[in-house]
Amino acid sequence: MKRYYFDYAATTPMRKEVLKAMQPFWQKQFGNPSSLYLEGRIAKQTIESARAKVANILRTQPKEIIFTNGGTESVNLALQGTAHFYRQQFSHPKIIISSIEHPAELETAKALREEGFETVYLKVQKNGLIDLEQLKQLIDEQTILVSIMYANNEIGVIEPIPKIAQIIKDFRQKHQTAFPFFHTDACQAAGYLDIQPNKLGVDLMSLNGGKIYGPKATGILYKREGVEIKPIIYGGGQEKNYRSGTENVPGIIGFATALELAQKEKEKESQRLKFLRDYLIKNVLETIPKVFVNGDLKNRLPNNAHFTILDVEGEALVLKLDEYGIAASTGSACHSKSLQPSHVLQAIGLPNEFIHGSLRITLGKDTTKKDINYLTQTLKKVVQELRELSPISLKLKS
Amino acid sequence: MKKTSTQKTNKKKKEADVLTKGNPWVYSETVKDHFLHPRNFMKAGEEEKFQYNGVGMIGSPVCGDVMKFWILVDPKTEKIKDARWRTFGCASAIASTSVLSEMILRNGGMTLEKARKITPNDIIKELGGLPDIKYHCSVLGDKALRDAINDYYRRTGQYDKIEPEGSRVIDKVLKITEKDIEKAVLDGAKTLEEVQEKTKVGLGDPTCIPLVEELIRFYREKYNL
Repeated sequence: MKRYYFDYAATTPMRKEVLKAMQPFWQKQFGNPSSLYLEGRIAKQTIESARAKVANILRTQPKEIIFTNGGTESVNLALQGTAHFYRQQFSHPKIIISSIEHPAELETAKALREEGFETVYLKVQKNGLIDLEQLKQLIDEQTILVSIMYANNEIGVIEPIPKIAQIIKDFRQKHQTAFPFFHTDACQAAGYLDIQPNKLGVDLMSLNGGKIYGPKATGILYKREGVEIKPIIYGGGQEKNYRSGTENVPGIIGFATALELAQKEKEKESQRLKFLRDYLIKNVLETIPKVFVNGDLKNRLPNNAHFTILDVEGEALVLKLDEYGIAASTGSACHSKSLQPSHVLQAIGLPNEFIHGSLRITLGKDTTKKDINYLTQTLKKVVQELRELSPISLKLKS
Repeated sequence: MKKTSTQKTNKKKKEADVLTKGNPWVYSETVKDHFLHPRNFMKAGEEEKFQYNGVGMIGSPVCGDVMKFWILVDPKTEKIKDARWRTFGCASAIASTSVLSEMILRNGGMTLEKARKITPNDIIKELGGLPDIKYHCSVLGDKALRDAINDYYRRTGQYDKIEPEGSRVIDKVLKITEKDIEKAVLDGAKTLEEVQEKTKVGLGDPTCIPLVEELIRFYREKYNL
């Protein structure tokens, strides 16, 4: 059966250009970049040219790029790294993050809280955008780091990173301090948005390859020169001691190639996907009763559509769609390992009975208008089938 | 001895199902079959035609699982002659209610006494196992069924046989619980009179009426009804 993939926010297939770029580094050029002889020097040169390429795309210095083993690791390194490096300079060190961060961030913050750091969670409004006024009030002279994601992985909302950066800059200026630093998790944004740290005004930024048609378990942490971090992985001192362990040479090449292509094509691809996404939302809202869209419609990734479908449970919906060849995802509790409903949907104020009926559709490179038509038709049918089984009929809240 | 070995095989089977080679599915084949092809469910428009003398509902949309059971009991034999159900919930919730409806209708129908004793484990066994995490949340069908059995006893005036469970009893004479009120509100009752029409609450013990009114307000607000 033909498969229809609508979960590009979970991960993306690797592009053939990326695969091709990686190919020589598995068997032919397999050297360890730390070795002195020819094979080692070639490997070293390869990762340095990849670093230069990434730096050029981001308009940063090459030494500000740290290759990691993916988005989760980058986020851990940014949060734990700064927290541990600077904690001695503060009597009550504090970290501010948003309440809709990825688990990589939330769980790291939780671990830091257990170590004695104060962790503060910024509220978001009903549209998913953070409350800038609350941020202004929360930053104080004990704050080491503010970390807010660029674009949310569930509802696709784009946070106002430059505005947040300005608030932080103003605070630093007023108090004559270098703190707090500002980190953003840009994993979901890299395929569609401008990710130059200097333009955004961030000091640290996490990216990963698995969301931009690159290899999984690859990524970077951008770290502005002058900001220091304590490593979380110790060993042979690779990546200037920030990230020990033999470099994933093919992965690094793959990541750099994927990032280059993603950033080159982002405007055109955004435009194409936004058209398809809006078409999808319009069709779904018109043909299926008791459905609404979550998250701000304007400040939103072009490939994200997130629905609440009443009287239908998300896991059942996803498994039924799967039977029709459609891959999509839900924030329903029954779907998660912990049986906890999505923290993002809770944060935007959705009651649990609505969260159970959530469906995330994310589009990508291979999505066509025909696919969207198939999705809309199938969704209509499947929702009808599940509603027929349901003993309840909830009402839409205004 | 024999029992332990069956349990062991069940456990093995369950784990194997989760990791089937080729085209792996999250649940056992039986769960998949019942989820994709549910049996005996109340089809749209069938409510008016279907003959029943007991109806039960359990769960809440907030928790993500609601199950409703309609049963037709033969008053002479007290066996379940026919049944229908509806479920709001995940795949295993749907499958477990579907399989339960088959269990109670087998061999000319189960007696109420036997049906009342069905446990979640019996249902899970019938389903060929469920992932551990789904054990407690998705198997509520037995409770909905017991609720329907209580309802049958209530309708037939056999109040001594009613066994309310896991919920505060509001009308002590008729053994009507908080859950019964919640169910009536979810079923569309908006006023005391409408709730009484469905449950007879307060007819046995009129002192509970102010509490009932309070509960109606609470549930209407909770579910925005």
